Amino acid sequence: MDKPQPWRRVLFLALFVSFFFYSANIYTSGTALNGETAASKNVLHGQKLFRENNCWACHQIYGLGGYMGPDLTNVVANPELGPEYARMFIEEGTDRMPNFGFNEQEVDDLIAYLKHIGEGGNYNPKKGEITWYGTVKYER
Amino acid sequence: MEQSNMNVNNRSGVCFVILGLMSLGGCVLMGVLGAFKYLYPDTLSGFEFYQLRPIHVSLAVAWIFLAAIGGIYHYLPKYRGLSLAWPKSIPLHFWVFVITGIAILTAYILGKFGGREYWAYPPALSTPIFATWIMFGINILLTMKKEKGPWPVYYWMWMTGIIFFLITFTEAHLYLIPFFNENIIRETTIQWKSYGALVGSWNMLVYGTAMFVMEYISGDKKMAHSNEAFLLYILSFVALMVGWSHHVYAVPSASWIRMLGYAVSMAELIILADIIWKWRQSLTPDQKFTHRQSYRFIFAADIWVFLNLILAILISIPAFNLFSHGTHITVAHAMGTTIGINTMILMGSVFLIVEELKGAEFSGWSKKWASTGYWLSNISLVLFLGALMVAGSMEAFKEWDDFYERSEAIVPMLLIFSVSGIGLLGGLWMVVVAALNMLKPAKHQNETVTVTAE
Repeated sequence: MDKPQPWRRVLFLALFVSFFFYSANIYTSGTALNGETAASKNVLHGQKLFRENNCWACHQIYGLGGYMGPDLTNVVANPELGPEYARMFIEEGTDRMPNFGFNEQEVDDLIAYLKHIGEGGNYNPKKGEITWYGTVKYER
Repeated sequence: MEQSNMNVNNRSGVCFVILGLMSLGGCVLMGVLGAFKYLYPDTLSGFEFYQLRPIHVSLAVAWIFLAAIGGIYHYLPKYRGLSLAWPKSIPLHFWVFVITGIAILTAYILGKFGGREYWAYPPALSTPIFATWIMFGINILLTMKKEKGPWPVYYWMWMTGIIFFLITFTEAHLYLIPFFNENIIRETTIQWKSYGALVGSWNMLVYGTAMFVMEYISGDKKMAHSNEAFLLYILSFVALMVGWSHHVYAVPSASWIRMLGYAVSMAELIILADIIWKWRQSLTPDQKFTHRQSYRFIFAADIWVFLNLILAILISIPAFNLFSHGTHITVAHAMGTTIGINTMILMGSVFLIVEELKGAEFSGWSKKWASTGYWLSNISLVLFLGALMVAGSMEAFKEWDDFYERSEAIVPMLLIFSVSGIGLLGGLWMVVVAALNMLKPAKHQNETVTVTAE
């Protein structure tokens, strides 16, 4: 059997501590608001409805979520689609999406939430610019 | 020195494994139903995709954790000679998990949600889960502390997996605090940071289990104390911390988050593959034969590690991720690692328990089903992942006018994916039924294992 190797404990503790510094950075400066306004009450209610109806199962935000429905990051912010386009789908449903029976205020709040997301950044992978060393400059 | 009767502890580990196998059976069934619901939304009236998907995902997470937890509860007293520090907590752990699991499944069936993705249930149900992990953590850490001499690497992995599950589970609920929730970029980034670290924490438990199983089969005690094994642990630890960032390359957070994740990439998988490969070459024919089924699953995991390694490295390159993100290539990555690597390793662990408990009794139809199920599930998985990769590549590299045109174009590939999913269901069910038949209580409920502990 090997002899005791205290450096293994030291390495574990060093990584453990650095995890907290790393996380603290992400919680603060790494995700600071960049020109985006804080979420209003309506936006937060829309976000709550989004969660309570598990919209994530089928839809994505920034490409994260389910794939049965489209990505919603810039649906409302997109001038070719916009809030009325989103309203139609939310109120009527489709053959792939049930009508959840939201009332008018709830539909407004869901649209406010999607609008708020769209104001925070763009998700259009096709417009990313690839650098020679393999990273991407995204259009924000 | 005290004499400790380990009968309760020993059976408790097996109970967790049995519950895990049942979760896996339910998981693949829900996966197949979900796949057909995705393709044909009018079928299965009464169930929506947004209900089936979280049931499938939650059962998959339950399988991985239960099989790993059951193995740890089983191995420490039976093979490491350590009496569990808090044996009375185990039945409570088990039953709280069962009741909470039933409550979560009921919530999904009733359409009651509130969380996100992996933890889509109402967040109040996270409290008992957190409590059981505290109990499990105290029990296992105090038990491993009794070990004389330096820890084998799997102790380090299990400890880190438990501690970081608690951290990442807490982190996944930070959205309940307004400071995190009211900034959408922060909320999204931390959500995926926590989910990436969650996968890292279960990888710690699973890779630790793989190291234990390999050590046990080979009888080579040096392997789990080697510097290479410890390097795998350290790389897994670093990957747990920063490897999640390929999830959020597209999210407008600070660029250093993405660069760090890219730099670390997936070195842990290279080391794991190397360790398994060396272990295979070190085994004698007799060792392979004695634990044939367990050996087979670990060997299959090695092949899947190599295949997933290529994909994992590719999607960690931002230039490739630009195309693959938000497509079925990501699903292939997730399914390939959870089924190909995690499930194969955990099945190796399950069948080590079966082969050790039953010995020559593991024969007849159970052995045939386990063997046929092994081949059927692995062959189906090749087709299953191949179809996802082709569908994802079509989504990623072709120009589409809109989402609906893109969705229609990949339907043939998703049909192959769904049909091969039935093969996967059949194969894994055969393996699960064979294992359950061997582990059912009546066969060894009177077994008593007595160990000596300090």
